Amino acid sequence: MIGGKGISIWFFIGSLLLLYGIIITIANVVEMVSPSVDKQPVLHELNFGVWWGILLLIIGSVYFFSFRPWKKK
Amino acid sequence: MLGNLKPLLTPLMASSSSLLSLGWVDSLIIIIYFAFVLGIGYYLLRFTKTGEDFFMAGRDMTMWIAGLSFVAANLGSLELMGWAASAYQYGILATHWYWIGAIPAMLFLGIIMMPFYYISKTHSVPGYLKLRFGEGASMLSATSFGFMTVFMSGINMYSMAIVMKVVLGWDIHFSIWVSSITVLVYVVLGGLLSAIFNEVLQFMLIWLGALMIPIIGLIETGGWSGMVARIQQNFPGGDYTHLWRTMGSFQDNPMGIHWTGIVFGLGAIISFAYWTTDFLVVQRVLTAKDLRSAKMAPIIGAGFKMMVPFIVILPGLLGLAVVMPKLVPENMVSAANPHSYNEVLPLMLARYAGPGLLGLGVTALIAGFMSGMAGNVSAFATVWTYDIYRPIHVKLTKKEESDSYYVKIGRWCTVLGVLVSIGTAYMVQQFASIMDYVQALFSFFLAPLFGTVILGMLWKRATKAGGFWGLFAGMFSSVGMWAWVKLDPSALKIIALSEYAKDMAENMYRGLWCFLIVVIVTVVVSLFTEPKPEKELVGLVRGCTELPSEGHLPIWRRPIFWASIVLTVFIVLNILFW
Repeated sequence: MIGGKGISIWFFIGSLLLLYGIIITIANVVEMVSPSVDKQPVLHELNFGVWWGILLLIIGSVYFFSFRPWKKK
Repeated sequence: MLGNLKPLLTPLMASSSSLLSLGWVDSLIIIIYFAFVLGIGYYLLRFTKTGEDFFMAGRDMTMWIAGLSFVAANLGSLELMGWAASAYQYGILATHWYWIGAIPAMLFLGIIMMPFYYISKTHSVPGYLKLRFGEGASMLSATSFGFMTVFMSGINMYSMAIVMKVVLGWDIHFSIWVSSITVLVYVVLGGLLSAIFNEVLQFMLIWLGALMIPIIGLIETGGWSGMVARIQQNFPGGDYTHLWRTMGSFQDNPMGIHWTGIVFGLGAIISFAYWTTDFLVVQRVLTAKDLRSAKMAPIIGAGFKMMVPFIVILPGLLGLAVVMPKLVPENMVSAANPHSYNEVLPLMLARYAGPGLLGLGVTALIAGFMSGMAGNVSAFATVWTYDIYRPIHVKLTKKEESDSYYVKIGRWCTVLGVLVSIGTAYMVQQFASIMDYVQALFSFFLAPLFGTVILGMLWKRATKAGGFWGLFAGMFSSVGMWAWVKLDPSALKIIALSEYAKDMAENMYRGLWCFLIVVIVTVVVSLFTEPKPEKELVGLVRGCTELPSEGHLPIWRRPIFWASIVLTVFIVLNILFW
């Protein structure tokens, strides 16, 4: 937000994290269901990618909805 | 859709000889990042009409945005990789550069110095020197800062391109041109506002891209105590996890440094010089919307800076615990030990990151590089336009130009800054030794500058001549000490107090001596010259300036309260890891 006008920086951050969260969660759920033949990361059985994707989704959603430009003041 | 992306992704795909190999999800993450930063630059174009908008982001930033941008401008990817490598080499000692080498100085900037920078309404550190000591000291600091900033930017750009080649197999020219054109576009469009917005975005990405390494690493090693036990097993006899215990003598620690060098050289001079007078970082705080925000921004920055070792130093320590075969210095890489210290961060990323997370980690590295470069370029544009071009132009043409004229010059300076950076990157590729000289030169200018600025702010008797000659003597003596050791290595035991001192220790002590020279010369010359009348020092010097009271604010809204909390945590952390 600049001088009370325009879109907040936190909305941009929220949008990017939300998008990343969706991509990373989907990619890692697919990986969990049908693991690739490539070398697996250490502790892959923890499915850390899925959890990290969900974390990004949550943080992204909070910023995205809290700072959405169409929010009624 | 993904099939169509493939030709675009080709240069991004790692070759088989690189450390990391990116999948399509990782490449998509990186491409989205580039699209986003360019989009933000384009969006912010409509908000950058005046000089205040372009050079000072409208002086309308909240304390959080100014504070995060303040710390992000310093959080480059080379810093991430370099300090992770140092942590592998020297252990937790590397943390000194984040704690005693940053926190006290950042708090000092917020509480003591910021009111004078802010109330004087200066647009830059050389701008403050002009108000306090006149054009001579201002020009000296502006020209040294301007040139060194773009040269450093070029050196960082080249180093980053090398890193991308080693880590991902990217072509050097591809890395240099794609990253610099992206930075150029978004800084030309949105000026400092765009640089700051992207720095905050990049700060979030750096944390979210790098934090997974210490979390999974600590799970693997069974927590801190498990990690320490594994390090002791891998490196018997070495002490990698204590901050101060081995600092009693130069020979007891791998850095070859004594605690006096860390406390008085790094903690008292080098860090204060960097965090309080390097315009690259100070510019971010000057954009705050009011004095309280300007004071709070460095304090918020200090809080986050204190946490950075968890994403930089801890991965290096975890590398000591889990990476086998052991990592070695660059010149000892062999078939048995195929990787060097410098590769510890990408190796840890490859060890733990699955699909998408690898892309996020690489994006964090690229984001770190771009925030550093945008910081350099936007600071260069401001200093060059306001502190070098404008006074010369006015002197030659005898007329002041319009605000929009200077915005236009600022945009051209941004283009010039990026082009000089690219030129420097290619020059370094031809003559690698330039890198050492420019890095050393850059360090020469900050410690003397700190001496001049702090005397100017705190001592009203300091005169115009004292300020100029003190700064000049400090810079000259710093270069002289460096050249002396280069020509006669035995001089090291005089400059750094020990023949066992390493490069880092030499830098610490050189900073300390040239600071003292600035103080002595400034004081002596000032005592023999006429001071400015006190009424001309209002808003510039302590004792001549009435600072707004914060007495009416509840205690939890006062900057000093938060500075005390950060300082307490800083002390506790040092005791915990003693």
